Amino acid sequence: MEAFTTLTACAVPIDMVNVDTDQIIPARFLKRVRSDPEYASFFFHDLRLDDAGAERPEFILNQEPYRGGSIIVADENWGCGSSREAAVWALMKNGFRCVIAPSFGDIHYNNGMKNGMLPVRLPKETCAKLRGELHAKPGAEITVDLESQKVTGPDGTVYSFDIDPFQKHCMLNGLDDIALTMQYDSNFAAFEERYKKEASWLFE
Amino acid sequence: MAGPQTMFDKIWQRHVIVERDDGQCLLYVDRHLSHDGSFHAFSALREAKLGVRRPGQTFATPDHYSPTDVRTIEAIENPELREKVETLAVNARDFDVTHFGIDDDRMGIVHVIGPELGITQPGILLVCGDSHTSTHGAMGALACGIGASEVAHVLATQTLWQKKPKTQRITVDGKLGFGVTGKDVILAIIGQISAAGGAGYAIEYAGPVIRDLSIEGRLTVSNMSIEAGARVGMIAPDDKTFEYLEGRPYAPKGAAWDKAVSYWRTLPTDDGAIFDREVKVDGGAIAPMVTWGNSPENVVQVTDAVPDPDAESNPERRESLRRAIDYMALTPGTPMTKVKVDRAFIGSCTNSRIEDLRQAAAVVKGRKAVIPAMVSPGSMQVKKVAEAEGLDKVFTDAGFEWRHSACSMCVGLNGDSVAAGERTASTSNRNFKGRQGPGSRTHLVSPVMAAAAAVTGTFTDVRRLMEEK
Repeated sequence: MEAFTTLTACAVPIDMVNVDTDQIIPARFLKRVRSDPEYASFFFHDLRLDDAGAERPEFILNQEPYRGGSIIVADENWGCGSSREAAVWALMKNGFRCVIAPSFGDIHYNNGMKNGMLPVRLPKETCAKLRGELHAKPGAEITVDLESQKVTGPDGTVYSFDIDPFQKHCMLNGLDDIALTMQYDSNFAAFEERYKKEASWLFE
Repeated sequence: MAGPQTMFDKIWQRHVIVERDDGQCLLYVDRHLSHDGSFHAFSALREAKLGVRRPGQTFATPDHYSPTDVRTIEAIENPELREKVETLAVNARDFDVTHFGIDDDRMGIVHVIGPELGITQPGILLVCGDSHTSTHGAMGALACGIGASEVAHVLATQTLWQKKPKTQRITVDGKLGFGVTGKDVILAIIGQISAAGGAGYAIEYAGPVIRDLSIEGRLTVSNMSIEAGARVGMIAPDDKTFEYLEGRPYAPKGAAWDKAVSYWRTLPTDDGAIFDREVKVDGGAIAPMVTWGNSPENVVQVTDAVPDPDAESNPERRESLRRAIDYMALTPGTPMTKVKVDRAFIGSCTNSRIEDLRQAAAVVKGRKAVIPAMVSPGSMQVKKVAEAEGLDKVFTDAGFEWRHSACSMCVGLNGDSVAAGERTASTSNRNFKGRQGPGSRTHLVSPVMAAAAAVTGTFTDVRRLMEEK
């Protein structure tokens, strides 16, 4: 996966709770492969575009200067619903590398971690404050530093965030976890040998 | 092992291969279910020149893209759908995993056939690249949905890295009223704890209402755990579970069965085990439920009205309610029973099992659908049993379409979809904007409530129809 270290970029405030992965990429695009040249256009397709395919000007991702954003500051339960990893791919195809929210759908959170799309949990009030600052000053930048686990808001306030050390390590170094797991092959073999006796009915 | 343990902890502990100092655990995966949406993961394996580590432990079936009007790959007219169904067959063949193809009698929705074939068993760790994998928790398994990268990891290594979630017990007390089903129980739970109430937790459902539910009803409850934000939703296995499993094709037999059952009996949560969160739900107060918005937490009893956003004090929530009411073309204060429905759908991994079809057929019998309505049984086995009981005839006599099995109109990938602006009474699990097709308006209900909507054209309190009989 792509490593994530630090990022300073224009951040987009999205003031909606329960943004499900069906919104981030509607199901009908899931049959497409990631190398599809149109892939970026599937992102928030039905919220960005009307039935005739024209942009809805009121949707924030259609507005300047947010088109150039690389960070999203969202609200509760971002990425809930379907396990589709395509939601992360669609974000990344549009240049997004980080979503800051009070809470995430658990599967979407992990999918981000596997792809170098950093999900950052900050308290609800902090996210609301950041979104307020971004609305007040469109195009304002936020800095996300994974090593020090700090987010710097547009007004210079620094916020710390928690992240699992293992996931942080993988993301900082862009590690592919299949290769990492292979390092535990002897543990796997020992486990399986014992387990096949304990739960023999699963292997008959 | 110190102190009383939860069922979740017992099963988790048994599957830990490695526990790192930072708490990340490498877990052994007993069973992996795969489907025609899993092509990304197989492509990743091919690119990395990796094989499937334990092909005997992966089972695949084409549920997402199979149309419900044909039974062979050649007969699929839409080339995009045919390609997806065919790709799974090719991947299964090349990687040597068990495949229940579109023409196989055992084909069906992955979350229906897992328990039905006895692949899903108590105490196992089961994963699948689909969020509704929580379903299998109803059998006493530790089951969760994973993303495509994790699917590739499971295929290549038969393991999964996870950090232990917190635990939450939801106890449903009392006794369900007449006409109230497992679907209403889980919708009521989500209404109570919210669509994020289970995020970060493994849920265990407990209490007399859960005990009294059939296996089908329990599967429906566990299925929608993810709609409350929880990847895992478990129910302690009991004699009902064992009776359901005994004799199924992949269930243990003979001495192995006895050995398995004696282990399964040790699984239920010990008295005195501590959960990170305890929730109580009054089962006796649950009525037939209907969702009105674009999150499963937007739910009311059928006897209630569309809520008024102005009554919501939190401004963000108020705005979100307004947006949902606008999208759903509803007026605050309208009784749900006055809302006209354009279409009814009975199917999906939530509600397409034999009990669901029996209950819906009992409501439909002797009545006529007044709107387009369709049934897609959860598996070809369910379809066969239903046909042997004459349920197909009940539905078709009433004007319903009787289809083959697939995810179908729940997610609208296979050609079965809801037109823009149409309102459906659907037994599926998600009422998200556009879920059943661009512009579709989905109301989640139980199978009997979908049947009642089909024969009346509005949301109708099914208890009234049941009393008329």
